[in-house]
Amino acid sequence: MPLKRVVITGMGALSPFGRGIDTMMDALLRGESGVRILPGLADIRGIRTRVAALVPGIDAGEIPRKYRRSMSAMSVFAALAAGDAIAQAGLSGDLVRGGRLGVSIGSTIGSPNTTQAFFDDFRSDNSVERMKSGVFFHIMNHSCAANVVHMLGITGRTVAPSAACSTGSLAVGYGAEMISAGKQDMMVCGGADEFHPLTAATFDIMNAASTRFNDSPASTPRPFDRDRDGVVCAEGSGILVLEALDSALRRNAEILAEITGFASTSDPESIANPNAGNIAHCMRQALQDAGIGAEGIDYVNAHATGTELGDIAESEAIHSVFGNRISTSSLKGNLGHAMAASGALEMAASVEMIRREFLLPTHNLANVDPLCASVAHVREVTRRRIDTVMKNNFALGGVNSSLIIRRFRQ
Amino acid sequence: MTNEEIIERIDRSIAEEFEIDPEEMKPEKTLFQDLGLDSLDIVDLVIVLETAFRFKIREEEGIRKIRTLGDIHAFVILKKNELESLPR
Repeated sequence: MPLKRVVITGMGALSPFGRGIDTMMDALLRGESGVRILPGLADIRGIRTRVAALVPGIDAGEIPRKYRRSMSAMSVFAALAAGDAIAQAGLSGDLVRGGRLGVSIGSTIGSPNTTQAFFDDFRSDNSVERMKSGVFFHIMNHSCAANVVHMLGITGRTVAPSAACSTGSLAVGYGAEMISAGKQDMMVCGGADEFHPLTAATFDIMNAASTRFNDSPASTPRPFDRDRDGVVCAEGSGILVLEALDSALRRNAEILAEITGFASTSDPESIANPNAGNIAHCMRQALQDAGIGAEGIDYVNAHATGTELGDIAESEAIHSVFGNRISTSSLKGNLGHAMAASGALEMAASVEMIRREFLLPTHNLANVDPLCASVAHVREVTRRRIDTVMKNNFALGGVNSSLIIRRFRQ
Repeated sequence: MTNEEIIERIDRSIAEEFEIDPEEMKPEKTLFQDLGLDSLDIVDLVIVLETAFRFKIREEEGIRKIRTLGDIHAFVILKKNELESLPR
Protein backbone atom coordinates (compact mmCIF):
# COMPACT_ATOMS: atom_id res chain seq x y z
CA MET A 1 0.00 0.00 0.00
CA PRO A 2 1.50 3.38 -0.97
CA LEU A 3 2.22 5.75 1.91
CA LYS A 4 0.13 8.89 2.16
CA ARG A 5 1.49 12.42 1.93
CA VAL A 6 1.15 14.37 5.18
CA VAL A 7 0.43 18.08 5.36
CA ILE A 8 0.01 20.65 8.11
CA THR A 9 -3.39 22.35 8.21
CA GLY A 10 -3.41 24.03 11.62
CA MET A 11 -1.01 25.39 14.24
CA GLY A 12 -1.28 26.75 17.76
CA ALA A 13 1.29 28.20 20.13
CA LEU A 14 1.56 29.18 23.75
CA SER A 15 5.02 30.69 23.91
CA PRO A 16 6.91 33.04 26.23
CA PHE A 17 5.45 35.78 24.03
CA GLY A 18 1.87 34.74 24.78
CA ARG A 19 -0.84 32.97 22.86
CA GLY A 20 -0.91 32.54 19.12
CA ILE A 21 1.36 31.90 16.17
CA ASP A 22 1.15 35.52 15.01
CA THR A 23 2.05 36.78 18.48
CA MET A 24 5.13 34.57 18.49
CA MET A 25 6.15 35.44 14.92
CA ASP A 26 5.73 39.18 15.50
CA ALA A 27 8.00 39.01 18.55
CA LEU A 28 10.57 36.87 16.73
CA LEU A 29 10.59 39.29 13.81
CA ARG A 30 11.17 42.20 16.16
CA GLY A 31 14.05 40.30 17.76
CA GLU A 32 12.43 40.24 21.18
CA SER A 33 13.40 38.01 24.07
CA GLY A 34 10.94 36.09 26.22
CA VAL A 35 13.52 35.63 28.98
CA ARG A 36 12.95 37.38 32.29
CA ILE A 37 14.45 37.42 35.76
CA LEU A 38 12.51 34.97 37.93
CA PRO A 39 12.85 36.34 41.46
CA GLY A 40 11.81 33.09 43.16
CA LEU A 41 14.93 31.31 41.93
CA ALA A 42 17.09 33.45 44.20
CA ASP A 43 15.40 31.83 47.20
CA ILE A 44 16.47 28.33 46.23
CA ARG A 45 19.73 27.19 47.77
CA GLY A 46 22.23 25.85 45.28
CA ILE A 47 20.62 27.12 42.09
CA ARG A 48 22.67 29.69 40.22
CA THR A 49 20.52 30.56 37.25
CA ARG A 50 17.98 33.34 37.89
CA VAL A 51 16.28 33.58 34.51
CA ALA A 52 13.50 31.76 32.67
CA ALA A 53 11.01 32.31 29.87
CA LEU A 54 7.47 31.82 31.14
CA VAL A 55 4.16 32.05 29.31
CA PRO A 56 2.58 35.39 30.25
CA GLY A 57 -1.03 36.34 30.83
CA ILE A 58 -2.93 33.14 30.14
CA ASP A 59 -6.45 32.92 31.55
CA ALA A 60 -7.26 29.26 32.08
CA GLY A 61 -10.77 30.34 33.08
CA GLU A 62 -12.00 29.98 29.51
CA ILE A 63 -11.63 26.22 29.95
CA PRO A 64 -14.71 24.82 31.70
CA ARG A 65 -13.98 23.59 35.23
CA LYS A 66 -15.00 20.05 34.28
CA TYR A 67 -11.96 19.90 31.98
CA ARG A 68 -9.69 22.29 33.85
CA ARG A 69 -9.75 20.30 37.10
CA SER A 70 -7.57 17.60 35.56
CA MET A 71 -5.11 20.09 34.05
CA SER A 72 -1.90 21.51 35.38
CA ALA A 73 -0.38 24.48 33.56
CA MET A 74 1.19 22.30 30.86
CA SER A 75 -2.17 20.78 29.94
CA VAL A 76 -3.78 24.22 29.90
CA PHE A 77 -1.09 25.33 27.44
CA ALA A 78 -1.58 22.22 25.30
CA ALA A 79 -5.38 22.43 25.35
CA LEU A 80 -5.48 26.10 24.33
CA ALA A 81 -2.87 25.58 21.60
CA ALA A 82 -4.68 22.48 20.32
CA GLY A 83 -7.99 24.33 20.25
CA ASP A 84 -6.39 27.14 18.25
CA ALA A 85 -4.74 24.68 15.85
CA ILE A 86 -8.00 22.82 15.23
CA ALA A 87 -9.81 26.11 14.69
CA GLN A 88 -7.24 27.13 12.08
CA ALA A 89 -7.54 23.73 10.41
CA GLY A 90 -11.29 24.29 10.25
CA LEU A 91 -12.12 20.82 11.52
CA SER A 92 -15.81 20.33 12.20
CA GLY A 93 -17.05 18.79 15.42
CA ASP A 94 -17.99 15.67 13.50
CA LEU A 95 -14.44 15.28 12.20
CA VAL A 96 -12.94 15.89 15.62
CA ARG A 97 -15.19 13.29 17.22
CA GLY A 98 -15.31 10.90 14.29
CA GLY A 99 -12.42 8.59 15.16
CA ARG A 100 -10.15 9.55 12.28
CA LEU A 101 -8.47 12.26 14.35
CA GLY A 102 -5.88 11.15 16.92
CA VAL A 103 -3.56 12.83 19.37
CA SER A 104 0.22 12.65 19.73
CA ILE A 105 1.25 15.10 22.43
CA GLY A 106 3.96 14.65 25.03
CA SER A 107 5.69 16.38 27.91
CA THR A 108 9.02 15.83 29.60
CA ILE A 109 7.39 14.62 32.81
CA GLY A 110 3.96 14.88 34.40
CA SER A 111 3.27 18.14 36.22
CA PRO A 112 6.22 18.87 38.52
CA ASN A 113 4.22 21.58 40.28
CA THR A 114 1.35 19.24 41.19
CA THR A 115 3.83 16.52 42.12
CA GLN A 116 5.54 18.93 44.49
CA ALA A 117 2.24 20.10 45.97
CA PHE A 118 1.15 16.52 46.56
CA PHE A 119 4.38 15.48 48.26
CA ASP A 120 4.55 18.68 50.32
CA ASP A 121 1.12 17.84 51.71
CA PHE A 122 1.73 14.09 51.96
CA ARG A 123 5.03 14.49 53.77
CA SER A 124 3.61 16.99 56.25
CA ASP A 125 1.83 14.24 58.19
CA ASN A 126 2.22 11.08 56.08
CA SER A 127 -1.42 11.33 55.00
CA VAL A 128 -3.28 11.11 51.71
CA GLU A 129 -6.55 12.21 53.29
CA ARG A 130 -6.42 15.58 51.53
CA MET A 131 -5.50 14.17 48.12
CA LYS A 132 -7.91 15.52 45.52
CA SER A 133 -9.19 13.48 42.62
CA GLY A 134 -7.35 15.59 40.05
CA VAL A 135 -3.82 14.88 41.30
CA PHE A 136 -3.21 11.77 39.21
CA PHE A 137 -4.57 13.41 36.08
CA HIS A 138 -2.00 16.20 36.48
CA ILE A 139 0.99 13.97 37.08
CA MET A 140 0.36 11.02 34.77
CA ASN A 141 2.78 10.95 31.86
CA HIS A 142 0.09 11.39 29.22
CA SER A 143 -1.61 14.24 31.05
CA CYS A 144 -1.39 16.74 28.17
CA ALA A 145 -2.59 14.27 25.55
CA ALA A 146 -5.45 13.01 27.69
CA ASN A 147 -6.61 16.49 28.61
CA VAL A 148 -6.61 17.59 24.98
CA VAL A 149 -8.63 14.47 24.10
CA HIS A 150 -11.23 15.19 26.77
CA MET A 151 -11.59 18.89 26.19
CA LEU A 152 -11.96 18.53 22.43
CA GLY A 153 -13.90 15.25 22.35
CA ILE A 154 -11.35 13.36 20.24
CA THR A 155 -11.98 9.63 19.83
CA GLY A 156 -9.03 8.40 17.72
CA ARG A 157 -5.67 7.20 18.97
CA THR A 158 -3.82 8.73 21.89
CA VAL A 159 -0.06 8.52 22.10
CA ALA A 160 2.13 10.56 24.40
CA PRO A 161 5.78 10.32 23.41
CA SER A 162 8.23 11.47 26.04
CA ALA A 163 11.87 12.13 25.26
CA ALA A 164 12.75 15.37 27.04
CA CYS A 165 13.78 18.04 24.52
CA SER A 166 12.95 15.84 21.51
CA THR A 167 9.39 15.23 22.68
CA GLY A 168 7.63 17.76 20.46
CA SER A 169 9.48 16.68 17.33
CA LEU A 170 8.96 13.01 18.05
CA ALA A 171 5.27 13.59 18.64
CA VAL A 172 4.97 15.27 15.25
CA GLY A 173 7.10 12.63 13.55
CA TYR A 174 5.19 9.70 14.98
CA GLY A 175 1.89 11.42 14.22
CA ALA A 176 2.99 11.92 10.62
CA GLU A 177 3.93 8.25 10.35
CA MET A 178 0.49 7.16 11.58
CA ILE A 179 -1.18 9.28 8.93
CA SER A 180 1.28 8.16 6.31
CA ALA A 181 0.47 4.55 7.12
CA GLY A 182 -3.23 5.26 6.86
CA LYS A 183 -3.99 4.55 10.52
CA GLN A 184 -5.47 8.01 11.10
CA ASP A 185 -6.49 10.79 8.73
CA MET A 186 -5.57 13.60 11.10
CA MET A 187 -3.38 13.93 14.17
CA VAL A 188 -3.09 16.74 16.72
CA CYS A 189 0.63 16.70 17.50
CA GLY A 190 3.14 18.53 19.64
CA GLY A 191 4.44 19.03 23.11
CA ALA A 192 4.01 21.06 26.26
CA ASP A 193 5.84 21.72 29.49
CA GLU A 194 5.46 23.95 32.52
CA PHE A 195 8.31 25.62 34.34
CA HIS A 196 9.51 24.29 37.68
CA PRO A 197 12.85 24.94 39.38
CA LEU A 198 13.56 21.22 38.97
CA THR A 199 14.00 21.79 35.24
CA ALA A 200 16.40 24.69 35.68
CA ALA A 201 18.27 22.80 38.38
CA THR A 202 18.65 19.77 36.13
CA PHE A 203 20.74 21.84 33.74
CA ASP A 204 22.34 23.96 36.46
CA ILE A 205 23.86 21.04 38.36
CA MET A 206 25.35 19.76 35.10
CA ASN A 207 26.84 23.24 34.53
CA ALA A 208 24.62 23.58 31.47
CA ALA A 209 22.28 26.39 32.61
CA SER A 210 22.98 30.04 31.86
CA THR A 211 24.23 31.85 34.97
CA ARG A 212 26.31 34.79 33.78
CA PHE A 213 23.48 36.91 32.42
CA ASN A 214 21.20 36.90 35.45
CA ASP A 215 21.08 40.71 35.41
CA SER A 216 20.54 41.03 31.66
CA PRO A 217 18.05 38.26 30.85
CA ALA A 218 17.47 39.31 27.23
CA SER A 219 21.15 38.59 26.58
CA THR A 220 20.78 34.86 27.18
CA PRO A 221 20.70 32.13 25.96
CA ARG A 222 23.27 32.70 23.21
CA PRO A 223 23.22 29.79 20.77
CA PHE A 224 26.46 29.41 18.80
CA ASP A 225 27.90 32.54 20.42
CA ARG A 226 31.41 32.69 21.80
CA ASP A 227 30.06 33.81 25.19
CA ARG A 228 27.20 31.33 25.52
CA ASP A 229 26.93 29.77 28.94
CA GLY A 230 24.00 27.41 28.85
CA VAL A 231 20.29 26.78 28.61
CA VAL A 232 17.51 29.11 29.74
CA CYS A 233 14.45 27.06 30.63
CA ALA A 234 11.11 28.05 29.20
CA GLU A 235 7.57 26.72 29.08
CA GLY A 236 4.65 26.60 26.68
CA SER A 237 3.11 24.42 24.04
CA GLY A 238 3.35 24.05 20.31
CA ILE A 239 0.67 22.06 18.48
CA LEU A 240 0.29 21.16 14.82
CA VAL A 241 -2.67 19.57 13.08
CA LEU A 242 -1.30 17.04 10.61
CA GLU A 243 -3.54 15.63 7.95
CA ALA A 244 -3.41 13.21 5.06
CA LEU A 245 -3.20 15.20 1.85
CA ASP A 246 -6.28 13.52 0.40
CA SER A 247 -8.27 14.45 3.51
CA ALA A 248 -7.10 18.08 3.38
CA LEU A 249 -7.88 18.37 -0.34
CA ARG A 250 -11.28 16.79 0.17
CA ARG A 251 -12.09 19.41 2.79
CA ASN A 252 -10.59 22.16 0.70
CA ALA A 253 -8.44 23.06 3.72
CA GLU A 254 -5.66 25.60 3.57
CA ILE A 255 -2.41 23.65 3.48
CA LEU A 256 0.35 25.39 5.42
CA ALA A 257 3.24 23.05 4.55
CA GLU A 258 4.06 19.40 3.99
CA ILE A 259 6.08 17.05 6.18
CA THR A 260 8.25 15.01 3.85
CA GLY A 261 10.81 13.39 6.11
CA PHE A 262 11.36 12.24 9.68
CA ALA A 263 14.03 10.31 11.50
CA SER A 264 14.87 9.56 15.09
CA THR A 265 17.98 7.86 16.36
CA SER A 266 19.19 6.81 19.78
CA ASP A 267 22.62 7.71 21.07
CA PRO A 268 24.09 5.10 23.41
CA GLU A 269 27.41 6.95 23.72
CA SER A 270 26.29 9.20 26.55
CA ILE A 271 23.03 9.78 28.35
CA ALA A 272 23.80 13.50 28.60
CA ASN A 273 26.31 14.61 25.98
CA PRO A 274 25.42 14.95 22.30
CA ASN A 275 27.48 13.20 19.66
CA ALA A 276 28.09 14.90 16.32
CA GLY A 277 28.31 11.67 14.38
CA ASN A 278 25.03 10.42 15.72
CA ILE A 279 23.29 13.73 15.08
CA ALA A 280 24.56 13.72 11.50
CA HIS A 281 23.31 10.15 11.09
CA CYS A 282 19.85 11.28 12.22
CA MET A 283 19.79 14.12 9.71
CA ARG A 284 20.94 11.83 6.89
CA GLN A 285 18.19 9.37 7.74
CA ALA A 286 15.62 12.17 7.56
CA LEU A 287 16.94 13.13 4.13
CA GLN A 288 16.69 9.50 3.05
CA ASP A 289 13.13 9.34 4.39
CA ALA A 290 12.27 12.40 2.29
CA GLY A 291 14.03 10.92 -0.71
CA ILE A 292 16.25 13.96 -1.20
CA GLY A 293 19.91 14.83 -0.91
CA ALA A 294 21.49 17.48 1.29
CA GLU A 295 21.17 19.97 -1.56
CA GLY A 296 17.40 19.65 -1.20
CA ILE A 297 17.39 21.54 2.12
CA ASP A 298 17.37 25.36 2.10
CA TYR A 299 17.63 26.07 5.82
CA VAL A 300 18.32 24.25 9.08
CA ASN A 301 16.37 25.25 12.16
CA ALA A 302 18.80 24.05 14.78
CA HIS A 303 18.15 22.64 18.21
CA ALA A 304 21.08 24.73 19.53
CA THR A 305 20.23 25.57 23.11
CA GLY A 306 23.29 27.63 23.97
CA THR A 307 25.25 24.94 25.77
CA GLU A 308 28.99 24.69 25.30
CA LEU A 309 29.09 21.14 23.94
CA GLY A 310 25.70 20.81 22.29
CA ASP A 311 26.08 23.75 19.93
CA ILE A 312 29.51 22.55 18.78
CA ALA A 313 28.30 19.01 18.17
CA GLU A 314 25.28 20.22 16.19
CA SER A 315 27.37 22.67 14.13
CA GLU A 316 29.82 19.92 13.27
CA ALA A 317 27.00 17.56 12.40
CA ILE A 318 25.22 20.11 10.19
CA HIS A 319 28.52 20.87 8.47
CA SER A 320 29.27 17.21 7.86
CA VAL A 321 25.89 16.73 6.18
CA PHE A 322 25.41 20.04 4.40
CA GLY A 323 28.82 21.68 4.14
CA ASN A 324 29.45 25.26 5.20
CA ARG A 325 26.88 27.10 3.07
CA ILE A 326 23.67 25.94 4.67
CA SER A 327 21.68 28.72 6.33
CA THR A 328 21.23 27.87 9.99
CA SER A 329 19.67 29.52 13.01
CA SER A 330 18.27 28.67 16.42
CA LEU A 331 15.19 30.33 17.90
CA LYS A 332 16.13 29.55 21.48
CA GLY A 333 17.89 32.90 21.80
CA ASN A 334 14.40 34.43 21.76
CA LEU A 335 12.24 31.66 23.15
CA GLY A 336 14.53 29.97 25.65
CA HIS A 337 14.27 26.22 25.76
CA ALA A 338 10.65 25.19 26.19
CA MET A 339 11.63 21.53 26.57
CA ALA A 340 8.89 19.27 25.17
CA ALA A 341 7.23 22.28 23.57
CA SER A 342 10.36 23.53 21.83
CA GLY A 343 10.31 21.22 18.82
CA ALA A 344 6.72 21.98 17.85
CA LEU A 345 7.03 25.72 18.57
CA GLU A 346 10.15 25.94 16.42
CA MET A 347 8.50 23.83 13.74
CA ALA A 348 5.53 26.19 13.65
CA ALA A 349 7.92 29.13 13.28
CA SER A 350 9.75 27.26 10.51
CA VAL A 351 6.46 26.72 8.66
CA GLU A 352 5.81 30.44 8.95
CA MET A 353 9.30 31.22 7.60
CA ILE A 354 8.43 29.17 4.51
CA ARG A 355 5.06 30.88 4.15
CA ARG A 356 6.20 34.44 4.88
CA GLU A 357 9.43 34.07 2.94
CA PHE A 358 12.02 35.22 5.45
CA LEU A 359 14.62 33.63 7.70
CA LEU A 360 14.83 34.44 11.38
CA PRO A 361 18.27 34.93 12.89
CA THR A 362 19.78 33.49 16.05
CA HIS A 363 19.11 36.06 18.75
CA ASN A 364 22.15 36.99 20.86
CA LEU A 365 24.59 35.64 18.30
CA ALA A 366 27.08 38.51 18.49
CA ASN A 367 30.35 36.66 17.98
CA VAL A 368 30.21 33.23 16.41
CA ASP A 369 32.23 30.69 18.35
CA PRO A 370 34.98 29.51 15.99
CA LEU A 371 34.03 25.96 16.93
CA CYS A 372 30.50 26.63 15.66
CA ALA A 373 31.54 28.57 12.57
CA SER A 374 31.30 25.78 10.03
CA VAL A 375 27.75 26.66 8.96
CA ALA A 376 26.19 29.82 7.48
CA HIS A 377 24.62 31.47 10.50
CA VAL A 378 21.58 33.66 9.86
CA ARG A 379 22.56 36.90 11.63
CA GLU A 380 19.61 39.13 10.78
CA VAL A 381 16.07 38.84 9.49
CA THR A 382 16.65 37.87 5.89
CA ARG A 383 14.01 38.13 3.21
CA ARG A 384 14.34 34.96 1.20
CA ARG A 385 12.05 32.37 -0.28
CA ILE A 386 12.88 28.95 1.09
CA ASP A 387 11.09 25.74 0.23
CA THR A 388 12.55 23.16 2.59
CA VAL A 389 13.54 23.22 6.26
CA MET A 390 15.29 20.63 8.36
CA LYS A 391 14.18 20.91 11.98
CA ASN A 392 16.47 19.32 14.57
CA ASN A 393 15.91 18.46 18.19
CA PHE A 394 18.15 16.45 20.49
CA ALA A 395 17.39 15.30 24.00
CA LEU A 396 18.98 14.38 27.27
CA GLY A 397 18.74 10.63 27.35
CA GLY A 398 20.24 10.39 23.88
CA VAL A 399 17.22 10.79 21.60
CA ASN A 400 17.78 12.63 18.32
CA SER A 401 15.10 13.76 15.91
CA SER A 402 15.07 15.52 12.56
CA LEU A 403 12.02 16.53 10.55
CA ILE A 404 11.84 17.90 7.04
CA ILE A 405 9.15 20.43 6.15
CA ARG A 406 8.49 21.57 2.59
CA ARG A 407 6.45 24.28 0.94
CA PHE A 408 3.32 22.54 -0.30
CA ARG A 409 2.91 21.94 -3.97
CA GLN A 410 0.49 19.53 -5.61
CA MET B 1 -21.72 27.20 65.46
CA THR B 2 -25.39 27.62 64.60
CA ASN B 3 -27.13 25.57 61.93
CA GLU B 4 -27.36 28.70 59.79
CA GLU B 5 -23.62 29.24 60.10
CA ILE B 6 -22.99 25.61 59.18
CA ILE B 7 -25.19 25.89 56.09
CA GLU B 8 -23.55 29.16 55.11
CA ARG B 9 -20.09 27.61 55.38
CA ILE B 10 -21.13 24.52 53.40
CA ASP B 11 -22.63 26.58 50.61
CA ARG B 12 -19.68 28.95 50.44
CA SER B 13 -17.10 26.14 50.43
CA ILE B 14 -18.88 24.13 47.75
CA ALA B 15 -19.63 27.13 45.56
CA GLU B 16 -16.01 28.20 45.73
CA GLU B 17 -14.53 24.75 45.07
CA PHE B 18 -16.80 23.88 42.19
CA GLU B 19 -17.23 27.41 40.80
CA ILE B 20 -20.99 27.39 41.21
CA ASP B 21 -23.02 30.59 41.18
CA PRO B 22 -23.97 31.22 44.86
CA GLU B 23 -27.52 31.90 43.65
CA GLU B 24 -27.71 28.25 42.64
CA MET B 25 -27.00 27.02 46.14
CA LYS B 26 -30.55 26.01 47.11
CA PRO B 27 -31.24 23.03 49.40
CA GLU B 28 -33.47 21.30 46.87
CA LYS B 29 -30.80 21.28 44.17
CA THR B 30 -29.47 17.83 43.28
CA LEU B 31 -25.69 17.54 43.17
CA PHE B 32 -25.41 15.65 39.88
CA GLN B 33 -28.37 16.89 37.85
CA ASP B 34 -28.76 20.47 39.03
CA LEU B 35 -25.28 21.50 40.22
CA GLY B 36 -23.40 19.54 37.57
CA LEU B 37 -21.10 17.56 39.84
CA ASP B 38 -19.89 14.05 39.02
CA SER B 39 -18.28 11.13 40.81
CA LEU B 40 -14.80 12.73 40.82
CA ASP B 41 -16.27 15.87 42.32
CA ILE B 42 -17.81 13.86 45.12
CA VAL B 43 -14.33 12.67 46.11
CA ASP B 44 -13.27 16.30 46.36
CA LEU B 45 -16.53 17.32 48.03
CA VAL B 46 -15.72 15.06 50.97
CA ILE B 47 -12.29 16.71 51.32
CA VAL B 48 -13.83 20.17 51.09
CA LEU B 49 -16.25 19.34 53.91
CA GLU B 50 -13.58 17.61 56.01
CA THR B 51 -11.34 20.65 55.66
CA ALA B 52 -14.12 23.14 56.38
CA PHE B 53 -15.40 21.36 59.49
CA ARG B 54 -12.28 19.50 60.67
CA PHE B 55 -13.94 16.10 60.85
CA LYS B 56 -13.53 12.79 59.02
CA ILE B 57 -16.53 11.59 57.05
CA ARG B 58 -15.14 9.59 54.14
CA GLU B 59 -16.11 6.24 55.66
CA GLU B 60 -19.53 7.39 56.87
CA GLU B 61 -22.39 5.31 55.49
CA GLY B 62 -24.63 8.39 55.39
CA ILE B 63 -22.61 9.98 52.59
CA ARG B 64 -23.84 7.44 50.09
CA LYS B 65 -27.42 8.59 50.62
CA ILE B 66 -26.72 12.22 49.81
CA ARG B 67 -28.52 13.44 46.69
CA THR B 68 -29.21 17.12 47.26
CA LEU B 69 -27.48 20.12 48.79
CA GLY B 70 -30.07 19.92 51.56
CA ASP B 71 -28.94 16.35 52.26
CA ILE B 72 -25.43 17.70 52.81
CA HIS B 73 -26.73 20.38 55.15
CA ALA B 74 -28.58 17.76 57.20
CA PHE B 75 -25.67 15.31 57.16
CA VAL B 76 -23.13 17.87 58.36
CA ILE B 77 -25.43 19.31 61.03
CA LEU B 78 -26.08 15.80 62.34
CA LYS B 79 -22.37 14.97 62.28
CA LYS B 80 -21.45 18.21 64.08
CA ASN B 81 -24.08 17.57 66.72
CA GLU B 82 -22.81 14.01 67.21
CA LEU B 83 -19.26 15.20 67.66
CA GLU B 84 -20.25 17.99 70.03
CA SER B 85 -22.25 15.59 72.20
CA LEU B 86 -19.27 13.30 72.68
CA PRO B 87 -17.42 13.61 75.99
CA ARG B 88 -14.29 15.69 75.50
